Amino acid sequence: MAGQLRAYRRQIRSVQATKKITRAMELIAASRIIKAQANVRASTPYARALTRAVSAAASNASLDHPLITEKPQVRRAAVLLLSSDRGLAGAYSSNVLREGERLTAALRADGKDVAPYLVGRKAASFYRFRRRDITAEWAGFTDSPRYEHAKEIGERLVEDFGREAAEGGVDEIHVVYTHFVSMVTQEPRVIRLLPLEVVEGTGQDDGELQPLYEFEPSPEAVLDALLPQYVNSRVYNCLLQAAASELAARQRAMKSATDNADELIKNLTRLANNARQADITQEITEIVGGADALASSGSRG
Amino acid sequence: MPLQVELVAADRSVWSGEATLVRARTVDGEIGIMTGHQPVLAVLSDGEVSVTGPGGGTTVHVDGGFFSVDSDRVTIVAETVTEVAGRPAEAL
Repeated sequence: MAGQLRAYRRQIRSVQATKKITRAMELIAASRIIKAQANVRASTPYARALTRAVSAAASNASLDHPLITEKPQVRRAAVLLLSSDRGLAGAYSSNVLREGERLTAALRADGKDVAPYLVGRKAASFYRFRRRDITAEWAGFTDSPRYEHAKEIGERLVEDFGREAAEGGVDEIHVVYTHFVSMVTQEPRVIRLLPLEVVEGTGQDDGELQPLYEFEPSPEAVLDALLPQYVNSRVYNCLLQAAASELAARQRAMKSATDNADELIKNLTRLANNARQADITQEITEIVGGADALASSGSRG
Repeated sequence: MPLQVELVAADRSVWSGEATLVRARTVDGEIGIMTGHQPVLAVLSDGEVSVTGPGGGTTVHVDGGFFSVDSDRVTIVAETVTEVAGRPAEAL
């Protein structure tokens, strides 16, 4: 029937339009991954210099700075979840959320209260849908985070870390983010942000001795100034890794969507051709049948 | 032997190269670094950092941060670094 053919053609056009969109998204994601990776690389010298300075200061100052010291009793733990703002990135956000749920359950089992800090609209809507309390949320920059965003998050975390648990403060801070291993592998990871674990020059600078720094004004003051910056830089690194992972996940999801659209178009075209052939065959049968009928009625009359 | 200077912001490396003199403003006051300075790790205050070198130098504004000197390697680290107008970072 002609109606069927028209329906197939409409479906093909709609799939083609979708394919154009997914293809464009794939290309955009692919080009932005390179930028995101460059950002990760560009932030490395800063992180390295900061780490070196922190470990130098920490080995000279008495190690009782509040950001390094473990609190004797942990009542409230913060979980910073880095998800994406938008969907169409495969299982990216749900992987992070699942890891977050696992961590939350583990913390609760240890008798700790959990305070969620959410980055990205996906995490916020996940929590809101389940009517859970959200301690803080940020959104709108997950695919291209800048240092100011990390600073804002880091400062809030350090501030809450400095307060007592009873006043809404937290005793430890964990981060769930997606580590960018390669273009094809990204894995959700959990790190403990605070209290900081300061690694004192092990292995990194092989055989290189820590120079005997003179601290200005004092080792304690230097450490005081460095640690919040160190936290910000860790948060920034997590944001950048997460952004690169998000784009990679989106690229992969959109590539398979495009491939799938190709497959659909191929199948639909076959069906449409079949339908067209059936139409033609039917028309011929009708004409032949009609002519036959005319001829036989003519010979009789 | 000249100083090896590296000037980095949180999201990029701003300037690196050789220099004969680095001046910066720490929380205690201004400090100048030349070859052979003893190792120092100092907290910077809001202000200008200027690097003078044989192949040109640079002057930038930093919002705090810190800098370290050890065996003629100077690393200046700040969260945000802005080039001061009129004296471009890549002069000469």
